[in-house]
Amino acid sequence: MKKLSIALAACAVTALTLTPQAAKAGTLEDVKARGVLNCIVNTGLPGFSYTDASGRWKGFDADMCRSVAAAVLGDGEKVKYIPATGKTRFTLLNSKEGDVIFRNTTWTFVRDVSVKLNFIHTTYYDGQGFMIRKSKGVKSTKELDGATVCIQTGTTTELNLADYFRANKISYKPVPIESNEEARKNYIADRCDTYTTDASGLAATRASFTKPEDHLILPEIISKEPLGPVVRHGDDQWADIIRWTVFALIAAEEHGVTAANADAMAAKKAPATARLLGGEGDLGKMLGLDKDWAKRAIKAQGNYAEIFERNVGTKTNIGLARGLNAHYTNGGLQYSPPFR
Amino acid sequence: MTSSETQNPTNGSYPPGTHPDLPPPSTAYGPVHWIKVNLFGGVTNTVLTLLFAYMLWKIVPFLTEWMFLDAAFTGESRRDCEATAGGACWAFIGSRLQLFIYGFYPEAQRWRVDLTFVMLILALVPVLYDATPHRGKGLIFACLYPFIGGWLLIGGLGLESVSTDQFGGLMLNVIIGVTGIAFSLPIGIVLALGRQSHLPIVRILCVGFIEFIRGVPLITLLFVAAVMLSYFVPPGTNFDLLVRVLIMVTLFASGYMAEVIRGGLQAIPKGQYEAADGMGLRYWQVMRLVILPQALKISIPGIVNTFIGLYKDTTLVIVIGRLDILGIGNSSLADSKWQGLSTEVYVFVALFFFISCFSISRYSLYLEKKLHTEL
Repeated sequence: MKKLSIALAACAVTALTLTPQAAKAGTLEDVKARGVLNCIVNTGLPGFSYTDASGRWKGFDADMCRSVAAAVLGDGEKVKYIPATGKTRFTLLNSKEGDVIFRNTTWTFVRDVSVKLNFIHTTYYDGQGFMIRKSKGVKSTKELDGATVCIQTGTTTELNLADYFRANKISYKPVPIESNEEARKNYIADRCDTYTTDASGLAATRASFTKPEDHLILPEIISKEPLGPVVRHGDDQWADIIRWTVFALIAAEEHGVTAANADAMAAKKAPATARLLGGEGDLGKMLGLDKDWAKRAIKAQGNYAEIFERNVGTKTNIGLARGLNAHYTNGGLQYSPPFR
Repeated sequence: MTSSETQNPTNGSYPPGTHPDLPPPSTAYGPVHWIKVNLFGGVTNTVLTLLFAYMLWKIVPFLTEWMFLDAAFTGESRRDCEATAGGACWAFIGSRLQLFIYGFYPEAQRWRVDLTFVMLILALVPVLYDATPHRGKGLIFACLYPFIGGWLLIGGLGLESVSTDQFGGLMLNVIIGVTGIAFSLPIGIVLALGRQSHLPIVRILCVGFIEFIRGVPLITLLFVAAVMLSYFVPPGTNFDLLVRVLIMVTLFASGYMAEVIRGGLQAIPKGQYEAADGMGLRYWQVMRLVILPQALKISIPGIVNTFIGLYKDTTLVIVIGRLDILGIGNSSLADSKWQGLSTEVYVFVALFFFISCFSISRYSLYLEKKLHTEL
């Protein structure tokens, strides 16, 4: 028994140490050969990734997967969605089950450097907020002394909460919960005074209440949660493809290119849009793709603004304003380097 | 008429010893008596009866109200449901029933899943009931069924092929559960016998395997199947994830099964082994004719326990990125149109598992009765 397990462990170690040499083939070639993009998404997060009645994945993150598939494979529907929990997402990526993570993943130092991931760009700037009943009469997080707080365990939000309350020398009682749905139930049942998570999540949760106007999202945002796509270390070409596909969507908003008018704009030959849409230069070829890659990505799901407004924008149930995610010309942080 | 009159004289007198039995006094039988004895016989019973009656009175009306009377069966969103009813919103489950059952299986091909389910039942009947007409032919069909079912679901050879990535929902639970159950029993028997073998290598291998499997959580094995195996196989080989999961689940259940059966084997008196040996039977004859029929009979409750546990563990496939019935429920709940209806989803999923597991449990009771395992 003991010998057997030692032998097994030895095999495992050998295999693990051998892998880096064995895994040199580029992700782009793998994806092209497979004909499908394996995209890791959330198992269910309102507005970002969920299944509709016909089993189609929808949401901000799911749509971004389609944009990448359109750029790389020419068809936005050639995506295999791999739903992952917060604990399994990085393992699935590193074991090559998935090609890219589009799963509201916070960009942190440790994840970028120590877990050996490459964060591409922040597709959604989020931050941790608090929701509370208006009837409690609290107007600021500073007045939360002694409050019971519903908090998801094992997340960055849990650590942020502890840091923030310690720094402000106020006390709180944590009510540990596992999922957003559980938090919602506890909060509704008044088992916690306030619920804290990413502000986008709070908005989505509040939208599902019978009387959303009775609940207040406090003005303080206590953390930075830059969410964006992630790829494995060591494949720069693939990272570039994801990065510039996202930038193409942001640049498209800047230049007024939408899913509907992409073809017409490409024909117009204005220099900046022509380079983006493949009418001029050979940017696509440098990426290892063809010249129409960006046009296809935009046509698949629209530009950044279209994807945002369709899934989480003010006209949806979730009703998020652009805020930090507005284009830089409108005072936000979404900014694409030039395509040239 | 006349004959009965001669046997039962109307004047009320009978010859000695021929009076027909009178019914017992009304206080000793009938529903009133039953209630008195079983529900109000003694202080403890009375208190318990009242307590349970109170609980039922509290729970049942509320549940019927929530589940049926005040529930919404139609609607396009949660708001629609709330506008028409205050109870459960079954419209949500209804609108996604297909998704719950078939997962992401292509819509045009779903008849294949239906056919596979129907054939599964046809294959199970002759295996489960020995009074089935044409049982011999039925058993041959049952042996061929895994291949037919696999071909129907995956396709190829004339059928449009469907990737196992698209399997999901209830069908995924059933596929994993049934495969695990069907293969873990024979493997478990072999392991249990191997563990008692006199050949040291066989014994050590079996003991090592069983102890390893039992010492590791299923979730870890699934994770190994999903992410670690790709380190062991040469790059580029595509070993289907569902097959990996099926193998892991089967091996896991086999480890437990082996120990359950070993319990049965140890309960057989030594004299049985010796007597069988004394009759000149070979090892496999001893096992097949004498030991195993008795040991398996004793082990039925334990075996069924393992089956039910395995069946419920199929929901763990969420950790490797496959959506079973529960996973589909969670991803559907994130639809902002329906968000917040988790109770309905969990009740629905619980109902599905209860029906499945309760059926397995009832069948085992039937089997035990048929085989008279009780002492």
